[in-house]
Amino acid sequence: MKKYLLKRVFYMALTLFLVATITFFLMKLMPGTPYSNQEKMSPEQIAIMNQQYGLDKPIWMQYLLYMGGMLHGDLGTSFQFSNQPVSYLISSRIGASAQLGIQAMIFGIFFGIIFGSIAAINRNTWVDTSVTVLSIIGKSVPNFVLAVLLQYYIALKLGWFPIADWDGFAYTILPTIALGVGPLAETSRFMRTGMVDVLNSDYIELAKAKGLSKFQIVYHHALRNSLIPLVTLIGPYTVALMTGSMVIENIFSIPGIGEQFVKSILTNDYPTIMGVTMLYSAGLVAVILLTDIIYGIIDPRIRLAGNGD
Amino acid sequence: MAERILDVKNLKIDFHTYAGEVKAIRDVSFHLNKGETLAIVGESGSGKSVTTKSIMGLLASNAKVVGGQIMFRGQDLLQKTEKEMQKIRGKDIAMIFQDPMTSLDPTMKIGRQIAEPLMVHKNMDKKKAMAQALEILKLVGIKNAEERFNNYPHQFSGGQRQRIVIAIALVCYPEILIADEPTTALDVTIQAQILNLMKELQEKIETSIIFITHDLGVVAGMADRVAVMYAGQIVEYGTVDEIFYNPKHPYTWGLLNSMPTLSSTKLEAIPGTPPDLLDPPKGDPFAARNPYAMKIDAQKQPPFFKVSDSHYAATWLLHPDAPAIEPPAEIIRRAKIWREIQEQEEVARNRREKAQKEAAKGK
Repeated sequence: MKKYLLKRVFYMALTLFLVATITFFLMKLMPGTPYSNQEKMSPEQIAIMNQQYGLDKPIWMQYLLYMGGMLHGDLGTSFQFSNQPVSYLISSRIGASAQLGIQAMIFGIFFGIIFGSIAAINRNTWVDTSVTVLSIIGKSVPNFVLAVLLQYYIALKLGWFPIADWDGFAYTILPTIALGVGPLAETSRFMRTGMVDVLNSDYIELAKAKGLSKFQIVYHHALRNSLIPLVTLIGPYTVALMTGSMVIENIFSIPGIGEQFVKSILTNDYPTIMGVTMLYSAGLVAVILLTDIIYGIIDPRIRLAGNGD
Repeated sequence: MAERILDVKNLKIDFHTYAGEVKAIRDVSFHLNKGETLAIVGESGSGKSVTTKSIMGLLASNAKVVGGQIMFRGQDLLQKTEKEMQKIRGKDIAMIFQDPMTSLDPTMKIGRQIAEPLMVHKNMDKKKAMAQALEILKLVGIKNAEERFNNYPHQFSGGQRQRIVIAIALVCYPEILIADEPTTALDVTIQAQILNLMKELQEKIETSIIFITHDLGVVAGMADRVAVMYAGQIVEYGTVDEIFYNPKHPYTWGLLNSMPTLSSTKLEAIPGTPPDLLDPPKGDPFAARNPYAMKIDAQKQPPFFKVSDSHYAATWLLHPDAPAIEPPAEIIRRAKIWREIQEQEEVARNRREKAQKEAAKGK
């Protein structure tokens, strides 16, 4: 297991290195410069600025300097956000984004599992049909549309929750729902399919023949086996939540990383783009490792394969 | 007379499909004596599995019991609610399934799977149930039972898994064990082991077995009595010797004839296919495939004709007015063995009677 983990960590580092390299050069290919009011600046001023930020050096040199800095934990200084270090920008904003993302993930997966199971247990009844229709709607409606609808009806008309901003748990509810409905719909569809398969399997027949009640069969035998295919989704969810949060954070004025990332791209803020991209990549790579570990916990057949047994 | 532990009377089951009502079980009656093994033999689709599922109360949702009774302990199982059936399933009537590779929960340790019925039916706490489950695991012949108790199903071979499935079925010492083709998915060498194990455990646990199979070879060593099913009906039943050596129904002849033997050079088959049970034929359902069919077979279903007290067959060939026919060579060969068996029995009986008389005289 130790050897396996070491190998995985090595591949993670390699992945991150490749992501950093590719992003760095792609970013340099982006049109525009970091200076928003360039036309008002004299060539001398631009030259001074370029020199200050190291942009006058050849690109390969910039690359080496950046990578060298990153190894020491220095992500550079933002061009746009009042010359703050990128690492400070990220650490001051990651809390809100992480909280929102994790809440949305838990909300989506938890209710998705419940809805999907209920649909599977009552398959081919009106319950099943309603869950299916709702999940299709949940998957088709973009989260920013849902966000605006929630703001208008729940926050403005009913006044149950604050309309925007980030100041305590009540403020997190609407953005969590807006962000979590997509994963919820996806989970419930996956869960339904998985559980219908499991409920038709021989070992469920055997569980019935043992004299277990319907609840015991679902809780002790069907649930865990239906969760196995679901684990695959955790990776894609993480991506969906990262990109989703960029929009949702803007709509709900949440001081998170997503909001900042969008701004940094619009302004060619190279160090910030790099920093946030690296953060997202590291997050995703970590989630993929986590997914494999969760697989092992749920499915004993995979756990032993990992041991080289 | 032996005590009847289960009595199925005039069972009729329909399946609702898009094409219409499929009459899967058409007036089936049989009984199971205490301590015996009854084999139900027939080809795929003859209704063997449906019959046993109706005993367990595990019929598919599109199946409907149209008529009949299944009497167990003086009560009709067909009248029981789902809750009441849950208390019987796994405790009084247990079942072994066909494919051991798929009938165990892949994510649960086998010890827990064996202990589960005890916790449900006998209100045992986990520790006590686990201890008893370990005992039964040893009983079914899993080596290093203590270690393997906490293994998952994928760590066992097919034969071992079937032993575990048997352990699950027997852990509550059921009165009736239904085995639905328990060896079909296994290698021939493993088959024999599993069959021996079942026979051995039947004595230890004092259970009665309903053994479903399409393999007559398996029946010979296993069963006390045999019922042959065809197209949703029982066509012939009797003791295992009566069915094997003195069969009367042409379908049973076909089955026996298609069993490969060491001397056979060609694999015999019964021509044709079973009738469509959406619209069952009016007369004898086997008539279309029966080389000995008579006019009346197409018009009227044959009733059961008595061959002996324990042997009945539903074929017009047994009617007193039926013409004498020549059965297949294989059946004639078997009839010869039958006569030998009977002669031996006769000799043995005479000897017994003589011995008894002498013993009486000696007194």
